[in-house]
Amino acid sequence: MPAVSKGDGMRGLAVFISDIRNCKSKEAEIKRINKELANIRSKFKGDKALDGYSKKKYVCKLLFIFLLGHDIDFGHMEAVNLLSSNKYTEKQIGYLFISVLVNSNSDLIRLINNGIKNDLASRNPTFMNLALHCIANVGSREMAEAFASQIPSILVAGDTMDSVKQSAALCLLRLNRMCPDLVPMGEWTARVVHLLNDQHLGVVTAATSLITNLAQKSPDDFKTAVALSVARLSRIVTSAAIDLQDYTYYFVAAPWLSVKLLRLLQCYPPPEDAALRSRLTECLETILNKAQEPPKSKKVQHSNAKNAILFEAISLIILYDSEPTLLVRACNQLGQFLQHRETNLRYLALESMCTLASSEFSHEAVKTHIDTVINALKTERDVSVRQRAVDLLYAMCDRSNAKQIVAEMLSYLETADYSIREEIVLKVAILAEKYAVDYTWYVDTILNLIRMAGDHVSEEVWYRVIQIVINRDEVQGYAAKTVFEVGRKLIPYQLKACGGYILGEFGNLIAGDSRSSPLVQFNLLHSKFHLCSVPTRALLLSAYIKFINLFPEIKTTIQDVLRSDSQLRNADVELQQRAVEYLRLSSIASTDILATVLEEMPPFPERESSILAKLKKKKGPGGHLPDIDDARRNVNGSTESSENAEASKKGSAHPFTDLLNVSSPPPATNSLLVDVFSDISKPAALEVCEENFSRFVCKNNGVIYEDQLLQIGLKSEYRQNLGRIYVFYGNKTSTQFVCFSSSVTSQDTLTPPQLNVHSKTVDPVIEGGAQVQQIINIECLSDFTDAPVLDISFRYGGTLQNIGVKLPVMLNKFFQPTEMTSQDFFQRWKQLGAPQQEVQKIFKAQHPMDTEVTKAKIIGFGAALLEGVDPNPTNFVGAGVIHTKSTQVGCLLRLEPNPQAEMYRLTLRTSRESVSQRLCDLLSEQF
Amino acid sequence: MQHDDTYCPSDLSLTHRMRFLLLFSRQGKLRLQKWFTPMTEREKKKIIRDMTSMVLSRQPRSCNFLHWKDLKIIYKRYASLYFCLAIENQENELLALEVIHRYVELLDKYFGNVCELDIIFNFEKAYFILDEFLMGGEIQETSKQMINRSIEASDMLQETMEEYMSKPAF
Repeated sequence: MPAVSKGDGMRGLAVFISDIRNCKSKEAEIKRINKELANIRSKFKGDKALDGYSKKKYVCKLLFIFLLGHDIDFGHMEAVNLLSSNKYTEKQIGYLFISVLVNSNSDLIRLINNGIKNDLASRNPTFMNLALHCIANVGSREMAEAFASQIPSILVAGDTMDSVKQSAALCLLRLNRMCPDLVPMGEWTARVVHLLNDQHLGVVTAATSLITNLAQKSPDDFKTAVALSVARLSRIVTSAAIDLQDYTYYFVAAPWLSVKLLRLLQCYPPPEDAALRSRLTECLETILNKAQEPPKSKKVQHSNAKNAILFEAISLIILYDSEPTLLVRACNQLGQFLQHRETNLRYLALESMCTLASSEFSHEAVKTHIDTVINALKTERDVSVRQRAVDLLYAMCDRSNAKQIVAEMLSYLETADYSIREEIVLKVAILAEKYAVDYTWYVDTILNLIRMAGDHVSEEVWYRVIQIVINRDEVQGYAAKTVFEVGRKLIPYQLKACGGYILGEFGNLIAGDSRSSPLVQFNLLHSKFHLCSVPTRALLLSAYIKFINLFPEIKTTIQDVLRSDSQLRNADVELQQRAVEYLRLSSIASTDILATVLEEMPPFPERESSILAKLKKKKGPGGHLPDIDDARRNVNGSTESSENAEASKKGSAHPFTDLLNVSSPPPATNSLLVDVFSDISKPAALEVCEENFSRFVCKNNGVIYEDQLLQIGLKSEYRQNLGRIYVFYGNKTSTQFVCFSSSVTSQDTLTPPQLNVHSKTVDPVIEGGAQVQQIINIECLSDFTDAPVLDISFRYGGTLQNIGVKLPVMLNKFFQPTEMTSQDFFQRWKQLGAPQQEVQKIFKAQHPMDTEVTKAKIIGFGAALLEGVDPNPTNFVGAGVIHTKSTQVGCLLRLEPNPQAEMYRLTLRTSRESVSQRLCDLLSEQF
Repeated sequence: MQHDDTYCPSDLSLTHRMRFLLLFSRQGKLRLQKWFTPMTEREKKKIIRDMTSMVLSRQPRSCNFLHWKDLKIIYKRYASLYFCLAIENQENELLALEVIHRYVELLDKYFGNVCELDIIFNFEKAYFILDEFLMGGEIQETSKQMINRSIEASDMLQETMEEYMSKPAF
């Protein structure tokens, strides 16, 4: 037992602590404690009244036992009794016991309050401080109710001792945090602000904390604090260190107070008064200058205190975000710290730069440090520093450096600590999507990511790949090819599931290549089937049934698999049900029904990326993730705003409901087609969005329009000269749209009408995050060029929104493919030889010249792709009939690629000049 | 615990302060715990477990800061004791490090070259000194002189050595 330095303490307690320390085992310790508890209990229950000292000693022993981690269920009353002792030492132990161990007995709180009340009224500063501490420590509502109105008057009373003022200020601050409703604003507030001028720096420090907190609640009441804080700060930063006596900490003048004042200023916008503003700027410049001065001490405490003020000043500069010179100076200073030998400073510089990266003034300056940050990622020994480096790379990423940053993060992933892998995966996935210049890079990156990170890839990541691939037709073929290629190696289950989904949807796009023929694809998917998890196997079964639709030639192979006992009698109900249902579906449904039931997935509604939501959730509400996402637009041209985070949570929770629910599309209705032009008075003069129009030439489904509020997806089907479009309006916000209406108009009101369009009315209200559907029926009367326009109007948050979107209804939608032999083809080709029947165009390739993609596009265009017809195998020929109500027009087309010159020649021959011209225009823009 | 129903969390974005301070030995034995916000015993035990395992597993010469949930953990080792301070996200890390240092200085001044045993045997003193320095998770007084003066003043109110020796041991 060590000698107690001062002549006080409790001998019995010291002996007891010694005994406990001498216990050789946990059991011995518990035995000794139980003995002590029995002893104390008997003393407390005994007939003999205990003197104050014994009470204090036993209460203190109980406290010790409690702090060792044992439960204490008695002694509270004795502790409360100690409060009313007039001996300081007994009172002090009583208060300590209560603040550490107060329990839920509300009767007890009333008694404690009574003790506190007496001490507050005692006018003895030591007792008052104990009482105020107790209120702050316990901070229960009942205590706040009892004292919240009393403390402000103690704080501002003229005769209150400084130390009591300090306690009162912080006690009030604590109550204001716990129960802001109980702390009344009043005439005392003005006097509190003037504590900023107090002589005693301890009082100023405590008051600054309180004012900062109150100013957040009612900024107007404390506006005058800004000028006072600037004045005080200015005096501190320009003072010689010794002026402040004991408030100088290792040669730094009042670091705690300086930081608190800078923090208080962060509650307000930059001062409008020019003189005040320039005085503050001077302060900030002085602080920045001091960082360049040689240190006054080699002690780490000196540099810590000095840099603490510097970092706080930088926070204020970043928050104001209005002084480009200061911002750039701050950035340079942090840049120096990035290479500092102190790990702490490197850590903080990386952290601070994250926020600096989101300012438009300093974003470029931050980017110049990219190599240092990448180097930190590779060489820092401390994982938490490396994590800050990852955060900063994420924050400084933009289109110009995305490829480099994503590549570095990917290579770091291989050696990254397990604890942060998942977060890096999410970040890579987000950046790859946000800054994807071309989607082949995106697909490569993400599949690489899934392959490398394996178990650290959360479901959200590969769900998102699928959403993106489904919604962007230009990448579908490439995605299918890539998953097929990497699928040949041993792969994590995420890739297996992802691959199954993509091949199930788009396997046809690569089936032309004998190396990835339908059977090869199927065998690849099925090869490790038995090793996959139940959800993955369920997904693969869905891919198989999709294959039956895509590739009728391997139907029997797949049916054999479905029919096997391991499927039909699988112990898992979900798998068994799928096997049974899919097998039955494939046996009884006609090709047409199969095609309808199993058609390509409609585009997913574009919401906030589910990955982003996950990352935000991971970081927590107070997370330190700089919200670059609100500020910058992503590659889709849509702004991901946080307001739809709620909606996305709902939406992304089950991204596969659509797949699992392979139900047929809504039943057809036999509504009459009404001439739309007769009841439209005048088309609205509105800018019409055509951005995605041409992407729908060769496909029927996808997203046609998207902005911050609204997303419009389409699903269309055509037969002969009739078409039906399902339009899906998705509300991306969390607020409802009202007065929603949408109708179809023609761009020019030509007579006679070429199209008959009838749109059903839609529900006038779209709830936040919800989607509604509208059906539009179209009849093609004669060949046409101009597409109808969808006029949408609705109210969002009080403002009327008007949107015009060109509906992708093109002449080629009314194509019926015609198969014919080589002989037939050239015979008709010659028949249509008149100059006005042929339209030819020679043009430069705008996309990579990929045979499979070209084939898919011609089929998507609507014509039959005639293989082996053209004597030159690299050429493509197609044939079909355009159906209109009045006539049918036979069409032949021939596309001759020239890979060396990256050129194409497209020739269209039809019996009608306008049709040849239109089809040639439409198709030539697709390659 | 009683606080669960009375606790009204503040949603003010800039509330910044210390949440808790833990002192534990290299073996993970807790020597002092100070909670600046109400918490259930279960939560406290979980936090103590998390902190000791997290901090004790850090490599030497790592940086002194960690992220943990929505808090920053600032820790520093003095001899055999780890001081571990949790602050809210907006709080200044470097200054938090100096809060720890100033507390060590105060203990040093009081006990005269403080060691772990001093804190074990005089845990109540360690609490009293802390209470002079911090209150409700905020700095109350940063001046060493001021704090020492008030601690000396309260020691004057304690028993004399003579009184102490005459007290029964049990």
